[in-house]
Amino acid sequence: MAKQYETVIGLEVHVELATKTKIFCGCSTEFGGAPNTHTCPVCTGMPGSLPVLNKQVVEYAIAVGLATNCSITQYCKFDRKNYFYPDNPQNYQISQLYLPICRNGGVEIDTPAGKKIIGIHEIHMEEDAGKLIHDEWEDCSLVDFNRSGVPLIEIVSEPDMRSAEEVIAYLDKLRLIIQYLGASDCKLNEGSMRADVNLSVREVGAKEFGTRTEMKNLNSFKAIARAIEGERARQIELLEEGKSVTQETRRWDDNKEYSYAMRSKEDAQDYRYFPDPDLVPIMISDEWIARIKAAQPELRTEKLERYKKEFDIPDYDAEILTSSKHMADIFEATTELCKKPKKVSNWLMVETLRLMKENDMEADDLKFSPENLAKLIELVDAGTINSSVAKEVFEEVFKNNIDPDKYVEEKGLKAVNDEGALRATIEKVIADNPQSVEDYHNGKEKAIGFLVGQTMKAMQGKANPGMVNKILKELL
Amino acid sequence: MSLMSLTAVELGKKIKAGEVTVKEAVEAAIAQIEKTENRLNCYVTVDKEGALKKAEEVQKLIDNGSLTGPLAGVPVAVKDNMCTKDLLTTCSSKILGNFVPTYTAEAVVNLEKAGAVILGKTNMDEFAMGSTTETSAYGETKNPWNVNHVPGGSSGGSCAAVAAEECSYALGSDTGGSIRQPSSFCGVTGIKPTYGTVSRYGLIAYGSSLDQIGPVAKDVTDCATILEVIASYDEKDSTSVKREDYDFTSCLVDDVKGLKIGIPKAYFGEGLEPEVKKVILDAAKVLEEKGAIVEEFDLGLADYAIPAYYVIAAAEASSNLSRFDGVKYGYRTEDYEGLHNMYKKTRSEGFGAEVKRRIMLGSFVLSSGYYDAYYLKALRTKALIKEEFDKAFEKYDVILGPVAPTTAPELGKSLSDPIKMYLGDIYTISVNLAGLPGISVPAGEDSKGLPIGLQFIGDCFQEKKIIRAAYSFEQTRTYKRPGMIEE
Repeated sequence: MAKQYETVIGLEVHVELATKTKIFCGCSTEFGGAPNTHTCPVCTGMPGSLPVLNKQVVEYAIAVGLATNCSITQYCKFDRKNYFYPDNPQNYQISQLYLPICRNGGVEIDTPAGKKIIGIHEIHMEEDAGKLIHDEWEDCSLVDFNRSGVPLIEIVSEPDMRSAEEVIAYLDKLRLIIQYLGASDCKLNEGSMRADVNLSVREVGAKEFGTRTEMKNLNSFKAIARAIEGERARQIELLEEGKSVTQETRRWDDNKEYSYAMRSKEDAQDYRYFPDPDLVPIMISDEWIARIKAAQPELRTEKLERYKKEFDIPDYDAEILTSSKHMADIFEATTELCKKPKKVSNWLMVETLRLMKENDMEADDLKFSPENLAKLIELVDAGTINSSVAKEVFEEVFKNNIDPDKYVEEKGLKAVNDEGALRATIEKVIADNPQSVEDYHNGKEKAIGFLVGQTMKAMQGKANPGMVNKILKELL
Repeated sequence: MSLMSLTAVELGKKIKAGEVTVKEAVEAAIAQIEKTENRLNCYVTVDKEGALKKAEEVQKLIDNGSLTGPLAGVPVAVKDNMCTKDLLTTCSSKILGNFVPTYTAEAVVNLEKAGAVILGKTNMDEFAMGSTTETSAYGETKNPWNVNHVPGGSSGGSCAAVAAEECSYALGSDTGGSIRQPSSFCGVTGIKPTYGTVSRYGLIAYGSSLDQIGPVAKDVTDCATILEVIASYDEKDSTSVKREDYDFTSCLVDDVKGLKIGIPKAYFGEGLEPEVKKVILDAAKVLEEKGAIVEEFDLGLADYAIPAYYVIAAAEASSNLSRFDGVKYGYRTEDYEGLHNMYKKTRSEGFGAEVKRRIMLGSFVLSSGYYDAYYLKALRTKALIKEEFDKAFEKYDVILGPVAPTTAPELGKSLSDPIKMYLGDIYTISVNLAGLPGISVPAGEDSKGLPIGLQFIGDCFQEKKIIRAAYSFEQTRTYKRPGMIEE
């Protein structure tokens, strides 16, 4: 019988923090910008420049640590990680090795077998590197230091995950916690959240872990899932062939669905970590932790429960609405404006999800404003437009965030509520369709639907369907 | 009598009184540079044009009353490891041979605000690594007292320039005695302030936890006045300390009555030249006669200072100097194949032997498997040395001792035996390890006529005590100028 294998996975997750300025200087963290415009002597490693810690970075790191049940290291320090690379202007990265800011935490995930805790070994703060641009035409490389010094936290999990599903659940949990804290937007495709996967396999029941590999360059949840499946299969195949797994770092190519060895443990660098003498130790008082705890915004689980209770939203809908901080923000802001939570939820759950799927979008990418959605809901409620027109208007709100009031006005989409005009149209429809009228009188209820349709067509869809029904029945 | 024979404060007074213009002062300095520089090589860069232009600007500000400080218009030389915007800053290294900073070091900004006119950048041991100024890539500086001898180091250019009157005063930096030892060898006065007193922003780092900028001048009054100008709390330097007071001149009082002075026995043992020993002990007697209470005591761990220092300084240096890689600024090798080869050739060609030695030493002590045995142990030793000083300062106001075991060695005699050279730092480096202030003042000469300096060490933030002790001692002597400038 074939051997049964278990996959053991631990993650190193890098999250770019949403501070306005960099971790050790006052330069902007804004994405984009012409190369080397968000730079200064500090983040370009000029001789004599010195780092000064951004307090907000520490506060975000503490907030994430508290929300993931970590203990906070109240005397913590930065260390230098020494290695040469041109995107690293000082040729050392300021990071934390000996006294990381958070330790020994964990988050709960849902698995088919029930709830499970994924341990967090530590969270540490560090600076991001610049970006290398290889100009193959000129055969040279250029470096852009705009990203150099953007603050990151690295969340190192325990090797507690056993499948791609658990990994995705864990990542999703982290993403939601951090988004809700406002500490990062956590976009995998834009690199503000990056995950390296440490994976090994072992025979079911084995006590020791197998030799692990570290996989880099994973830019979406789907890529992560594929990489895990691919690496698991590769390692099992090696073991089945009687070979052994080499401890190494591998780069996942999602197009080819294959990973390549980048460097093995043998040529692993000695980073010569030591405490950075340019920075003083950070003393985190109980009061400071308490202040951050008190200022903690409502997290996902609390929000979900509140939606169910306060707005009477069903379980499933509350799950979807809170599955992205951005979606939840739209829901709450729109509800605040129009006071119709059920209707807001309905627009988000049905039309919004449909259009997101059609356009292959994430909830975080939604562009429309709560004001415009609220206006649309008001228009429908007041009977100014009928529901089919409303769907059409919503598509415009979704795509271009148009103002529904103006749009309806300009396009002449207002429902016709003028009974006289309707009556005249319906009389004409009845006269033109004697067969349907006869069918109706013979008990075929369906025939009325056809007549309504004909009326709507004649009114270019703008008739109030309730009134059409009422008048039709009267005249028939 | 040249304007350059005046102290900085005296010259400042004359400028303020309108007796001397800033231009005249700068021209006097340039004239002296032209007279002696070819024999001494104090400067890496002399910015004649910039200084004369600045002289005009400063004169206007003095005339309209917006510059009133004691150093307004007084010409200064700055050690070449402090960044100066638009002015070449080399650290006396080939690797920064073309480096023109985009910003100015905070201490120099403070000087400029006070109306200082920068004459140029002074020579030093490459990246401040050395005790003789012979490791400079731009030739050694010679001692104005005897051009066959070294001026000491690493701030040898600054100290020689002050002694030779090629500037009115200078800035140096002190990581392990680099202000005090050359001050002693050149017969001038220099202060290494308490760590955190002068901003390190813009000082090209050697050993970050030990580096401090300080003044070099003809006398204690000048040094206290300069320190008052350059010291500041700087938010750009995380290790900068917000001091309770920045007044260093009110203690310029000739009075040591009741001052408790401790003399560490360990500083008078083997290795100390008898002539130096005699000068220091004579000075102790002078102070005693003036009413000070002088006592010998045991300062523990003195022998561990040198190994601890060379481990910590080299470790920090190995990391601090990794940014010099040929990618962003400075020297890049001509021919190379690929990135790795470019790094290797650039750094092999760009750094001198002493710098390479310390980078290798530092990389070694930080390597995995050795970190605990060397770096961590050195840090613990540093903490214990600080405790020993804390104990001493419970009993004494200041500690008195030699600056260096010898007077200035002959040129070319030191570098061949680096261990011996390192041992010469024995009296200065524990001060850096403990973050204390120290001052070197001239106290006598040896039989060859070479100057001997005396060191006062104070507790953290107690600059006033060492300034008062040094000032009082200074009143018992007259300032001596090297013979060559009288010619």
